[in-house]
Formats: sequence, C-alpha cells, structure tokens
Amino acid sequence: MPFKRYVEIGRVALVNYGKEYGKLVVIVDVIDQNRALVDAPDMVRSQMNFKRLSLTDIKIDIKRVPRKKALLEAMEAADVKGKWEKSSWGRKLIVQKRRASLNDFDRFKLMLAKIKRASIVRQELTKLKKNSSA
Amino acid sequence: MAAKTRNPELIRGVRKFSRSAVYHKRGLWAIKKKNGGQFPHHEKASAAAPAPEKAPKFYPADDVKKPLSNTRKLKPTKLRASITPGTVLILLAGRFMGKRVVFLKQLPSGLLLVTGPFKINGVPLRRVNQAFIIATSTKVDISGVNVDKFNDKYFAKKAEKKKKKAEDQFFEAEKQEKVSLPAERKDDQKAVDTPLLKSVESVPDLKYYLGARFSLKDGMKPHELVF
Repeated sequence: MPFKRYVEIGRVALVNYGKEYGKLVVIVDVIDQNRALVDAPDMVRSQMNFKRLSLTDIKIDIKRVPRKKALLEAMEAADVKGKWEKSSWGRKLIVQKRRASLNDFDRFKLMLAKIKRASIVRQELTKLKKNSSA
Repeated sequence: MAAKTRNPELIRGVRKFSRSAVYHKRGLWAIKKKNGGQFPHHEKASAAAPAPEKAPKFYPADDVKKPLSNTRKLKPTKLRASITPGTVLILLAGRFMGKRVVFLKQLPSGLLLVTGPFKINGVPLRRVNQAFIIATSTKVDISGVNVDKFNDKYFAKKAEKKKKKAEDQFFEAEKQEKVSLPAERKDDQKAVDTPLLKSVESVPDLKYYLGARFSLKDGMKPHELVF
C-alpha cells in the first residue's frame, strides 16, 4: 500500500485542529521534519505542524514560497475551491455543516420528508414483490 | 457631558486663574453694575406658619418600631434577546412539557404569555416562566393579534370563600368543588387564536410542527443543537 498523497510544495491540506480548523490551506514550504509553512487566501502565512494537517488529493502548481498574489492566481487557475466542493470529502463536509445548522423546525420538516420518502419506497417495493410473485 | 472648564487644572491643586481672576471672568460684576450695586434676587417665599400641634391622646405602652420605607419598584425579568413576539417556544416543564407554543408578550410580573394555539396543541392562554423554555428561531406572524387586555390579574386564582365545615359535610362539599371554565376565558382564547391560526396555516407544515411535542432522540446533543 504505497502512499498516494505526498507533502510537497503546492499540496492542499485541510486543517484538522486549532484556530484554523476546517480551512483549506496550501503547503508553501517545509520548515523541518514536523512543520510546514502554510498559506490560504484568508489567513496570514504561518507555520503549522503536519499533525494538524490532513492532506487532500488536490495539488497546485506553485514555486517554493510564492508571493501572496501569485498563490491566489495559482489557486484560481487550478480551481481549488471547485474541485474541493465536487470531491466526495468536500461534499460530505458541506452536508455535515448544513445538518448542524438546521433549525428545530427544519429538523421537523426533514423528519416529515424522510417518512414520505420511505413510504414511497415501500409502496414501490410491494408493487415489485407482487409483480415478481405473480 | 463635562462642560469645557474655563479654569483648567495645571497640576493637582493648582488652577490657572486666581480667585479674583475667576470672579472677573464670570462677569457677576457686570450684572451687579447693571442692577445698582446688588446682585438681583427675589424675596424668599415665607413658609406658612405650622398649625400648633396638639398633644396626642394615646401613647402606645411600648415604643413601636416603624419599619423603614421601601420605594423600590420591581422591573419585569430581562427578556432574552431571542424571545420576540411571535417566537415559537418549547416548554420544558409542567403539564405541557415538550409542547411548542407561540409567545405573545411579557407580562408586568416578568412571566411570558403564551398560547398553543389551543386548537392545534391544547395549550390555552397561559403564563410561563422564561427559565423553563427554549426559544427557537422560528417566528410566527402575530400582527393580527390583540393582547392588550391580558395581565397578571387576569390569571390570578379566584379567592375562595372561607367556610367552617363540619367533618361530615367535608366529603359532600368536595364533590361540588369543580368549577367549569368561565365563558370569558373561552372567548378570549378564540379571539387570540383565530388570527394566529390564519398566519400559522400560511406557513407549510407549521401547524403539524406546533402540534408535535419536542423530545431528545438518540444522537441529539442539546449543546450542539441549533434551535
């Protein structure tokens, strides 16, 4: 089982601990065995321990320690945001966030919708069962 | 707002202008000059001579202590920012535990006036304490409802007539204690609920939402739920 996602300049990672939790950052330089210099469009470039990063599949094409403007252009060109939101990991996070922000009334409406969907499925299933047995 | 002083303090205890300089600055000398050497003043209204007090007829045997007067006025409890007229509240305690009700207004005692509406979930016009509710972010349009006539006196218990009962009469009287709801209460309920029902039915599923009770299910963490 070889590794597929490597720590390299331009690797996009998700912060999984700390103040920047949940943000997508780009590894811009490697400081030493444990730390990387990371940067994102809405944060100040700072160091981060690798243990706080979860590597993603997305990689962008940048030189070591690019200017902020160059980084932003590269992120736009590679469409990091779009790729992330289309990926299954990114979609899962979006759904989790949406579910957590549901209002009490929303949760009630969701329950009604689930019941309705289940009843439709069950009706179709009984139809199929009847047809197969007949 | 502190007015700008024309005699600033240079250092603690030392002001810029001397006593005479300040007197001159104030210009009272000009007013005196205008009024012939005297600062104008009006005669003090003489107080009416007090009527001669008669010696009281009765002195109590012991000195009776008079309690100190208390002019403190109590304010109604501070209403949480999340509770506005028309908010759907979840009752957490009492007979209607878990019911979702509509908030109408805060009464002078601090308690909240709520209603089911009665047709939807059986909760009548009722008072409830702010401490025993969860405020949701769902709001109902309450503009058509008039709640001006409701206050704490409306909900006060009727004072019972004190009767001296003999032992055998006690059990007989018990059966007649039950009093039915006065028609006035039912009419008030209807008056408040009809416009409310219209606005509730304009929102899809809201009627069923208000009719259902709230309960914690498996996996629900109250501190993580958004209400």
